[in-house]
Amino acid sequence: MREFLLGKLDGHALPHEWFTIAGSIAFIAMMLATILVITRLKKWKWLWSEWLTSVDPKKIGIMYFIAGGFMLARGGLDAVMIWLQQAFSSGDSHGYLSADHFQQVFTAHGNIMVFFVAMAFIFGLINYIVPLQIGARDLASPFLNTLGFWLYIAGVVMVNMFFLLGGEYAATGWLAVAPLSGPEFSTGVGVDYWIWSLQISGIGTTLGAINFIMTILRMRAPGMSLWKMPPFTWGSLCSMVMAVTVFPLLTATLFLMFFDRYFGTHFFTTTGGGDPMMYTNLIWMWGHPEVYILMLPAFGVFTEVVSTFSRKAVAFYKTNVIGMIGVSSFALSVWLHHFFTMGASANVNAFFGVMTIFIAIPTAVVFFTWIATMYKGRIKFDTPMLWFLGFVAIFTIGGLSGVILGIPPADFQLHNSLFLVAHFHSNVIGGVLFGIFCGITYWFPKFTGIKLNERIGRQAFWCWVIGFCMSFIPMYILGLMGAPRRLDHYDASTGWQPLFVMMLIGGIIIAIGLALQIAQIIASFIQKNRLRDATGDPWDGRTLEWSVASPPPFYNFTVIPKVNSRDAFWDMKQAGDHKPEYEDIHIPKNTAAGIYISIFAFFIGFGFVWHINWLAVVSFIGILIVFIVRAFDEHPEYTLTASEVKELEAARTKQAKAERRHNPTNDRDEDMGLWELIKVIVTFGFGLARKTLTRGKA
Amino acid sequence: MPKPNKKRNRQGRLVWLMPLLFLGFGLVIAYFIHDKNIAVFHPKGLIAQEQLHLTLFAGALLLAAAVPTMFLLYFTAWKYRESNTKAVHDPYVRLSKSFVWTMWVVPFIFALILAGVMWPATHRLEPKKKIAADAKPMTIQVIAMRWKWIFLYPEQNIATVNFVQLPVDTPVTFELTGDEVPMSSFWIPNLGGQLYAMTSHVNTLNLMAEVPGDYPGATAEINGPGFAGMRFTARASSAADFDRWVSETKQANHKLDAESYANLLKPSESNPAAYYSAYDTDLYGKVIMKYMGSHAAHDNQIETNHEQH
Ligand code: HEM
Ligand SMILES: [Cu+2]
Repeated sequence: MREFLLGKLDGHALPHEWFTIAGSIAFIAMMLATILVITRLKKWKWLWSEWLTSVDPKKIGIMYFIAGGFMLARGGLDAVMIWLQQAFSSGDSHGYLSADHFQQVFTAHGNIMVFFVAMAFIFGLINYIVPLQIGARDLASPFLNTLGFWLYIAGVVMVNMFFLLGGEYAATGWLAVAPLSGPEFSTGVGVDYWIWSLQISGIGTTLGAINFIMTILRMRAPGMSLWKMPPFTWGSLCSMVMAVTVFPLLTATLFLMFFDRYFGTHFFTTTGGGDPMMYTNLIWMWGHPEVYILMLPAFGVFTEVVSTFSRKAVAFYKTNVIGMIGVSSFALSVWLHHFFTMGASANVNAFFGVMTIFIAIPTAVVFFTWIATMYKGRIKFDTPMLWFLGFVAIFTIGGLSGVILGIPPADFQLHNSLFLVAHFHSNVIGGVLFGIFCGITYWFPKFTGIKLNERIGRQAFWCWVIGFCMSFIPMYILGLMGAPRRLDHYDASTGWQPLFVMMLIGGIIIAIGLALQIAQIIASFIQKNRLRDATGDPWDGRTLEWSVASPPPFYNFTVIPKVNSRDAFWDMKQAGDHKPEYEDIHIPKNTAAGIYISIFAFFIGFGFVWHINWLAVVSFIGILIVFIVRAFDEHPEYTLTASEVKELEAARTKQAKAERRHNPTNDRDEDMGLWELIKVIVTFGFGLARKTLTRGKA
Repeated sequence: MPKPNKKRNRQGRLVWLMPLLFLGFGLVIAYFIHDKNIAVFHPKGLIAQEQLHLTLFAGALLLAAAVPTMFLLYFTAWKYRESNTKAVHDPYVRLSKSFVWTMWVVPFIFALILAGVMWPATHRLEPKKKIAADAKPMTIQVIAMRWKWIFLYPEQNIATVNFVQLPVDTPVTFELTGDEVPMSSFWIPNLGGQLYAMTSHVNTLNLMAEVPGDYPGATAEINGPGFAGMRFTARASSAADFDRWVSETKQANHKLDAESYANLLKPSESNPAAYYSAYDTDLYGKVIMKYMGSHAAHDNQIETNHEQH
């Protein structure tokens, strides 16, 4: 009976090691604090109806950013733990983590950074920006979008759940290669948490990707042909098409692994007719495209930024787009380069080597279009442009090392070494993360109505670049010295320690950069009147998202724009204003169905992690019920009449005028510096303390 | 027009710092490691040597393509900075269409050269390819276990744990497999590139040491908690020293019989080197047979070659 009710769950699952206890306490304390604050402020209703149940892609985008930001801190903490262990665990010292715990940390680090940070930010950007860029008021299926987001959140909870129950995460590396992750060699629940956190969020990704493809293909403003789409939208389209192609593969692979672990099948086991090599093959058929799913939207961001800050249209636009399409198609046919060392024949290896080398061609072409775009431009070096220039240097190094790794005999010496780890961090940090930072800095005024502080932003940028060099150049060298990745301990005689220590210092500088970015956001809000973007177009932009207010009204466009050229908004600006004619707008209603389904999905996963079958079955039925109820809802939309729109617009214009009177200065060098920020915060803190104290007396 | 912003433009110039940064860190690191074993750059065997040549060639070719591109990009960014009143700013400039062809063709040529070198090299350096040399080749059978490496010398009938000795200038065929271990990767960076050791498979890796010395070996692929301690020493010695070592090992106290093999099979970490005077000649075959049938379903896309079922 007990086993039926609770499965494998018992007292041992409760936290009893220092890191699970600390994690649990942090987890619970954060929850309690949040609940307390929201209750004190009486914001529950507002939170639920304005945010959590919202189907507005702009709000969902912001929620992705917030969740991704927290996960970035969480994954960053893992990174610091890894750096610390490796810096000191040499010779007689074995570091402060056990091998098993260390392996869990880097596994969690990789999963969190790829699935719950990078993917979150990319999806956040796509959610917010793509509809605005294509002149749409909404997505093809607003419901699928909130569902995708909440499934992602369920994945986030799942990946952190082991702190509370179970006490262990997978110790297998981020792709949990078989047979290490199979039932023979990983007996705990760690891998099960891994499976279900990826499974649930991965299904969310597939749904989101279908939705965005439909949106981009079907809901563009009149006149916007495919060849008039902004580059970011193009990058997103390429990325989403890849996602739809390969994520089902991930889902299938995870299911097979789940079957092995749960039902004792033999797909990937060493015995009973299983074939672990098939797992490697399948997971990389998804895994390689995955890295480009992250990269392509970032390419799009950079193209937009280069064009805007050079104040020129994208040069060789079509070539740029064809380059991105080329990258995404090649990316589907290179996966074997991740296991040249498995023993395939020379012909097979050489073929995939050629494909890998050739993927550099369209990448280089995209680079050339950026140069051509800057040529004879009038380039402003605001922070987004800095992120671009930093990206160029670091990504090039990553790309070159990638091509070297794509040559099978060279890869034999570098595979699974720290050289490989340095390669992909160059691309993931220098490419994806810098792209995300670039995009967020660029569109921040659109999200919030205020520009980001330049001064602190520049300092953060330089911390990232210097920290990156200091952390990852030694890593390349360590790989060349023969250091395998994922070592929890190494001999003193190797002479690797100084480099590991250097890496740690670099990591600390990166952490300072991250802290500065948080400071940057705070400082921007403190000076919000100065940094207000009352025009909606702070950078003199070219694409449609800049034609609406910052932040945009919930219906995006009062009037759906007519598009005649690539730089739609630029042309409108040249042509001058004209009076809008208002029309009725259909707005999708909020829905909590996505939340309910995700809660059930979480419990399916949880049930299977702990072998509580009834819970999984009940949750599955729950999902069906929510779907059916949702399907019978005949009015998923409501109408905003033309006169209501007119009123809303009038109110907004009035407010914008009032704000414009603050008359922000152009000279961004006088943005608040770090010291000033600290002074302001300290003063504010004292003020608050005094107020509470005196209130207590009275 | 908004007035040019001084600090912002200084950022444009600061960007030149980036290549300097890379260089600077490179030098600092060079200082730290100048007397250490930079295995990939210090090959002590034929295969590592050739792999290094290929890597260096690829690196040089890629740099030849990338450095000018980088320079052009940064130079363009810097030249057309807003504050540069001398530069011609022309937002409507149209570059000639012929640039499009250049953009595709130049990287294509580089890729073609690289692919042209890579293809034959991949065949020449295929791990299972025997090395041609004067000396008589020898075979060493390797079994990965949790978490140690077992080496069997079929011609000498001796066995070792976490230690392997090879005569220099003699081609050695390592036959890699595993027993009750997740995929592991056999790697001696100074001698040449790695290959996976997997249960139910035999992967063959041919290497040849050329310089006597002790070289670190490891598994590069994570295979459980004992992963970092699964290290061995590869000792390259003269043929005479090798023979002496073999006859010494023949005097060792223990044989690798069924019982001691079963003991080895139990998971253990950071094992010291061990030597066995003899072993059952059918041991290796038994280890492979143990997983027989596990490959009945041969539907994966990887061509597995040289299977000894
Ligand atoms: C010119 C472009 C690129 C080339 C030629 C390339 C090539 C390669 C090769 C050959 C490997 C496998 C090396 C090995 O396992 O031995 C690899 C690994 C990897 N690459 Fe790239 N890559 C490129 C771009 C990227 C980008 C843009 C990203 C991410 C945004 C990326 C992320 C990764 C990751 C995460 C891995 C390692 C995964 C693992 O083993 O855990 N790469 N790359
Ligand atoms: Cu790849």
